[in-house]
Amino acid sequence: MHPVIAYLIAAGLFGLGVHGVLTRRNAVLLLMAVELLLNAVNLVLVTADATTKPVLPATGQVFALFVIVLAAAEVGVGLALILALYRRRTSIAVDEIELSEAPR
Amino acid sequence: MTSADLLLIALGAVAVGAAFRVVRTPHLVRAGLWLVVTLGAVAGLYLVLAAELVAWVQVLLYVGAVVVLLLFAVMLTRAPIGASTDLDRPGWSGALVGGGAGLGLGALFVDGYRWTRVPAPVPGTAERLGVELFQHWVLPFEVLSILLLAALVGAIVVSRPVAR
Repeated sequence: MHPVIAYLIAAGLFGLGVHGVLTRRNAVLLLMAVELLLNAVNLVLVTADATTKPVLPATGQVFALFVIVLAAAEVGVGLALILALYRRRTSIAVDEIELSEAPR
Repeated sequence: MTSADLLLIALGAVAVGAAFRVVRTPHLVRAGLWLVVTLGAVAGLYLVLAAELVAWVQVLLYVGAVVVLLLFAVMLTRAPIGASTDLDRPGWSGALVGGGAGLGLGALFVDGYRWTRVPAPVPGTAERLGVELFQHWVLPFEVLSILLLAALVGAIVVSRPVAR
């Protein structure tokens, strides 16, 4: 098995995720792109686990599990934020938010 | 080229192609459905890399829960059905930075690993992973459970209607 193949796939997923985070205006699509980023990192962790198995058994897989749990927490809080934003402004376009707006 | 390599290439092509559709498609709901394809292909990659437990957790948590939550968010924000033209910000800076990040990381990996071979990983068992988790990583595990609780409470507080 050549680990560089899996690493290149992870690099491609990460690049696409960065592209999505920077170009998408809809907050839900932004969260989807963040999921792509997290998956790329997980793929790197699992591949690294396959290459370092004799020295560090299963460590990469444990880290991948931790990242999946973090992603679940992130998506829950992100969804709550998006819904609060939608209730307040009836729009979830991220570039229409005034960063200096006084809290109401 | 072994069969594991060919499987990696095939599943990787599916994952990257579907990920491209996720970040480029003008249909909001289809982006979520392409995300299912990407996550499923990544779960297949985990299976090829002999990480069975991670693969099934990926299917349960990502394909099962996270995508459902995202589709709920699409519905609750009254997303338009059909193609919309205003989903993307104009300009090339995002494509430039994203492509640069992907190509740069790819170059780093190629430089670091070249065409080295490692023996195909032997399938592990969930028991082995559990022993590793509860022998060496107990503290992060417990901290994560506190973080999940905090995220749960935080999500409830944020999404509660403001009392007048």
